[in-house]
Amino acid sequence: MAKAVSLQSIDIVYGGSGGYRAVAQASLDVAEGEFVSIVGPTGCGKSTLLNAAAGLLTPAMGQVAIFGHVLNGLNEKAGYLFQQDALMPWKTARDNIAIGLEVRGVAQAEAHRQADDWLAQVGLQGFGGRYPHQLSGGQRKRVGLAQMLIRNPTILLMDEPFGPLDAQTRQIMGNLLLDLWSREKKAVLFVTHDLEEAIALSDRVVIMSSGPSATIIGDHPIHLARPRDAMDVRLDPAFHALHKRIWEQLRGEVMKAYQGGVV
Amino acid sequence: MSQARLLTYQILVAVVFLLIWHIGSSVEIFGVYFLPKFFFSTPSDVFFRIIKLFSGPLIWKHLSITLTETILAFLIGAGGGILIGFWFARRPMVNAIFDPYVKMANALPRVVLAPIFMLWLGLGIWSKVALGVTLVFFIVFFNVYQGVKEVSPVVLANARMLGMDEKQLFRHVYWPAALSWMFSSLHTSVGFALVGAVVGEYLGSAAGLGYMIHEAEGVFDTTGVFAGMVILAAFVLVVDAVVTRIENKLLVWRPEQAGRNEA
Repeated sequence: MAKAVSLQSIDIVYGGSGGYRAVAQASLDVAEGEFVSIVGPTGCGKSTLLNAAAGLLTPAMGQVAIFGHVLNGLNEKAGYLFQQDALMPWKTARDNIAIGLEVRGVAQAEAHRQADDWLAQVGLQGFGGRYPHQLSGGQRKRVGLAQMLIRNPTILLMDEPFGPLDAQTRQIMGNLLLDLWSREKKAVLFVTHDLEEAIALSDRVVIMSSGPSATIIGDHPIHLARPRDAMDVRLDPAFHALHKRIWEQLRGEVMKAYQGGVV
Repeated sequence: MSQARLLTYQILVAVVFLLIWHIGSSVEIFGVYFLPKFFFSTPSDVFFRIIKLFSGPLIWKHLSITLTETILAFLIGAGGGILIGFWFARRPMVNAIFDPYVKMANALPRVVLAPIFMLWLGLGIWSKVALGVTLVFFIVFFNVYQGVKEVSPVVLANARMLGMDEKQLFRHVYWPAALSWMFSSLHTSVGFALVGAVVGEYLGSAAGLGYMIHEAEGVFDTTGVFAGMVILAAFVLVVDAVVTRIENKLLVWRPEQAGRNEA
């Protein structure tokens, strides 16, 4: 299968040459329609890697290729779901979702029709007229999800999208994401600090070392049957075996980050 | 406290105030008037003067002149503040160069500019408009500058990932952000436009509420001064109520205005 995202031994440095080297020699491929999670200790540069794939950051060394083409500027094939609130607070949920089509030149009526359709798909039917501050954290994430998906990107980049939510809401959102993803498979690069979440959702879990000069040190295929239920799969004995194996590797990095004073 | 009770107490304050004024100015206590009529007039005289003023045509002319000056000062000052505020916020170099001069100009008490504006623009409405503009401009300028500077970087990155170009970013992100800051200072800036107009009229003019008060003062007509003050206060309340309505309409997306349709 073709590679949707290919990070080719990239280095990312903050603050010019001689600055802080967050990521060093990181390589990672995501195939079309593949769900890959990046797990690593706090501050290891997971989000940095994602921003490089989005084109929001330019690597100091190495290159990013999207469907075989070297990325230059923003990645237009990708949708990005941020950890923090990224909705425009002055637009209603419907307008926030529709805007991705409107800037593309789709007529407003049509964009609104599709936005309402997406509102229903993320379980927010009838919430179109609400402003972000009138929605709960989970509802805002749903709007964010719809806002990203309405543009039909072939690559989804997600930066701990469910991080701020409570445990139950996270699992519900995980299932929603799997459900939407299974209808039309897109390449997903999903950053999380939660190993269980990563295993429950992904085809592959990659482990990042603790920073600075973080890199990818482990790559674990997840052969759990699909379609999966993000909640029930956690009870599967195979899930436990995977969790045990990956955690052994991750724990070493977490302890290193801890001793390095990052945590 | 219930609404009716609150209103009762509020009316009581006015009644007590008027009663003290009335007794002090028209009842002899121990051979003296505590509030001599010459300096304090009496509530009934002021009341009948206001009635008399409003039965003549002249008051409407004064009101309309002051209103015109206020509106012009607000529009020109706000327009300039928005334009320059945007320019400075998007061009840090320009801001750095002009910064000390902006601070200097803003530190200057604006009343001292009134004589120079009269010399330049004459005794008509424009010297008053100019005075109001110097007051409104800085409030709007600082707010718009702040608004553009403080657009959340996450909202901005998200908007770019949604495919917005510079023009669309301006329209959907920077502009609403700046406007929301401007409207949050709307009461202050409209108030200052009015202060500019009235102070300007007071210092030299042939029409307007400020002129009316000044004229009465010139012939020791305390009743006229108080009548003018009461009319001015009522005028400000009306203007403020209109501003509040506009604000509620434009800033529905703000959390403060949420109360009514909260989930």
